[in-house]
Amino acid sequence: MRHIISILLENEAGALSRVANLFSARGYNIDSLTVAPTEDETLSRMTLVTRGSEDIIEQITKQLHKLVDVVKLTDLTEGQHIEREMMLIKVRAVGAAREEAKRLVDIFRGRIIDVTDTTYAIELTGTGDKLDAFIEAIRGLGIIELARTGASGIGRGEKGLRA
Amino acid sequence: MELSQVNVELTGADLFVRCLQDEGVEYVFGYPGGAALHIYDAVFKQDKVKHILVRHEQGAAHAADGYARATGRPGVVLVTSGPGITNTITGIATAYMDSIPLVVFSGQVPTHLIGDDAFQEVDAVGLTRPCVKHNFLVRDVKDLALTIKKAFYIATTGRPGPVHVDIPKDVTAQKTRYYYPESVNMRSYNPVIKGHPGQIKKAVELILSAKRPMIYTGGGVVLGEAAEALTELVRLLGYPCTNTLMGLGAFPGTDPLFVGMLGMHGTYEANMAMHECDVLVAIGARFDDRITGDLNKFCPYARIIHVDIDPASISKNVPVDVPIVGNAANVMKDMIAAIRASGRKPDQEALKAWWKQLQAWRAVDCLNYDRKSELIKPQFVIEKLYEVTGGDAFVTSDVGQHQMWAAQFYKFNKPRRWINSGGLGTMGFGMPAAMGVQFAYPDATVTCVTGEASILMCIQELSTCKQYDLPIKIINLNNRYMGMVRQWQEFFYDRRYSHSYMDALPDFKKMAESYGHVGMFIDKPGDVEGALKEALKMKDRLVFMDFITDQKENVYPMIAAGSGHHEMHLSPSTGEAPAKRELA
Ligand SMILES: Cc1ncc(C[n+]2csc(CCOP(=O)(O)OP(=O)(O)O)c2C)c(N)n1
Repeated sequence: MRHIISILLENEAGALSRVANLFSARGYNIDSLTVAPTEDETLSRMTLVTRGSEDIIEQITKQLHKLVDVVKLTDLTEGQHIEREMMLIKVRAVGAAREEAKRLVDIFRGRIIDVTDTTYAIELTGTGDKLDAFIEAIRGLGIIELARTGASGIGRGEKGLRA
Repeated sequence: MELSQVNVELTGADLFVRCLQDEGVEYVFGYPGGAALHIYDAVFKQDKVKHILVRHEQGAAHAADGYARATGRPGVVLVTSGPGITNTITGIATAYMDSIPLVVFSGQVPTHLIGDDAFQEVDAVGLTRPCVKHNFLVRDVKDLALTIKKAFYIATTGRPGPVHVDIPKDVTAQKTRYYYPESVNMRSYNPVIKGHPGQIKKAVELILSAKRPMIYTGGGVVLGEAAEALTELVRLLGYPCTNTLMGLGAFPGTDPLFVGMLGMHGTYEANMAMHECDVLVAIGARFDDRITGDLNKFCPYARIIHVDIDPASISKNVPVDVPIVGNAANVMKDMIAAIRASGRKPDQEALKAWWKQLQAWRAVDCLNYDRKSELIKPQFVIEKLYEVTGGDAFVTSDVGQHQMWAAQFYKFNKPRRWINSGGLGTMGFGMPAAMGVQFAYPDATVTCVTGEASILMCIQELSTCKQYDLPIKIINLNNRYMGMVRQWQEFFYDRRYSHSYMDALPDFKKMAESYGHVGMFIDKPGDVEGALKEALKMKDRLVFMDFITDQKENVYPMIAAGSGHHEMHLSPSTGEAPAKRELA
């Protein structure tokens, strides 16, 4: 099963590589990993998407807890949550494809943020599934390059992950 | 030099030494080099913290580790950058695998050169990260004291382990005011200490309902200073107790309730009891693969209680029924109190039947060996060592057959007496570890049981032993083979002894003498006891005893890979195994 683990960690050198190291050393999967400082600059928040059986996910959360830099963590997939990912994608846009690209961007509620005679650069935000669907839809036009941020997420409701 | 005024500005190097003094550090095991020279200069200017010069940085880490294992206090290491820290890695990983508190300091190139491939630069924190509990690179002298405090705090609390602090040379030259905090509080690090009362209640309920109970304990009981509580708990219940290789001495080895070590080379009775028990109480043990054998065949009838300070150890390899996170001593004291308060007793009838079964397994006499041999049997040497030292020596070991024989035949009645690399299995550990033990207890009998292959891996430390007059007694079980490797090749590779033969060995007696020690050569069974007695009489000399042992002796019992606890290979000298009993 896919799990989204949110981690608050000390904003210190080495913290990220400790997490990455843990995953490679123990053979756990990482689908994506994003990290940036929070409103409290001493803390970073990491969102890590991983897959595994319940036993493995339990081990992953326990091992993450053990890292001295980790302040708190939660498995967002255990409760209601919101998940978003952002993608920048550059596609070929000449002739009929230009119109088609524009139409697809509208349907997916994306934005064209850079235009040349032959290309569009598109920004699209949503769940990973939505981004996947957009890629499939626009693939035929010719993708020049794309960059995805990886998922970021928070739980719904009053509670929050705080130190 | 009076440094106690808070207002005095100190260099990073002086501050470093002052921190160690205030931390109460007795010994630092180390080796100098360019990036650490400011620190070494500061070490020179004082004599409160004693620096022990080893001959190879691996020796420093193992010596500090031996000191820590014997005392429970953190071992401290100081090395230079580059090759200094890379040489230390094996020792750090050894300590990490056995949860030993070490604080390792390394010099680093100056901060402005970091990343430039400077002379003797290596990404030290990157190298140690996978084998330390935590590490730090100190970039500002103002952070140095607090970092040192944190390092000791992290190394010694919760599940202990090595912590590495990398200190660039310029940081040791910069000045700042000295202030060493009494304690630290880290929001991201809060080890659990007390067990959950609800879980303890459940565990006690299960323990008292057992018909075929088994208590299985590991290194956590030793590290957690819980041997007394364990002894009380086991005796209160009258249940059989087994220890892992790391846990020996936590329960008295001569107590009739002790059924010996378990696992790959555990006793027949311990392993059979594991297989057939209906309630297993695991305390401070981590279900290592050398303990469990094939997981599919592990404890098929048991409900399992697991007490451990590290939540990540629980249900890692084996799913458990009652997990309890907490310090082993606290949890066992709570259990004892709960059992007493309940006024209940274990099922005496069931327990009687269970002990009858255990005695039948014991009668197999699985550790028996050929006592009439013309050759020196390695087991015999350990038996004699046990007798001659009255069972009260510190015994360190290296890795191989000799390690298993020492574990099987020396009966440890106290914790922290048996000192070996169980997790990483590091050849070369034994002698430097013995140095650390001897520094901690100058008057104690410290012995090192080793093999001719292992001892050569840190042989240079004989020179350190000479410099500091360490009267260690080295028992070299010399079978002219990497015995444990040879045994596997005999059993599993059709006797193709690929590179397990130790050709061109030195004359160990002469070698010891050339380092300034006493050497002995013993090749007759009749001389074993006399040699040991003579060596032990030399209270102020290191004695290297080279015992020429039976080349082909094997360690029994043995559980081969993929087998369960009930599927042991037994020695030809062992009695008939009893017929499999009917389970109730
Ligand atoms: C550093 C290291 N290298 C290799 C091994 C693998 N190994 C385990 S036991 C052993 C043989 C040890 O031989 P010896 O020290 O003579 O002890 P014996 O088994 O003969 O008692 C070897 C090579 C190891 N444990 N450690």
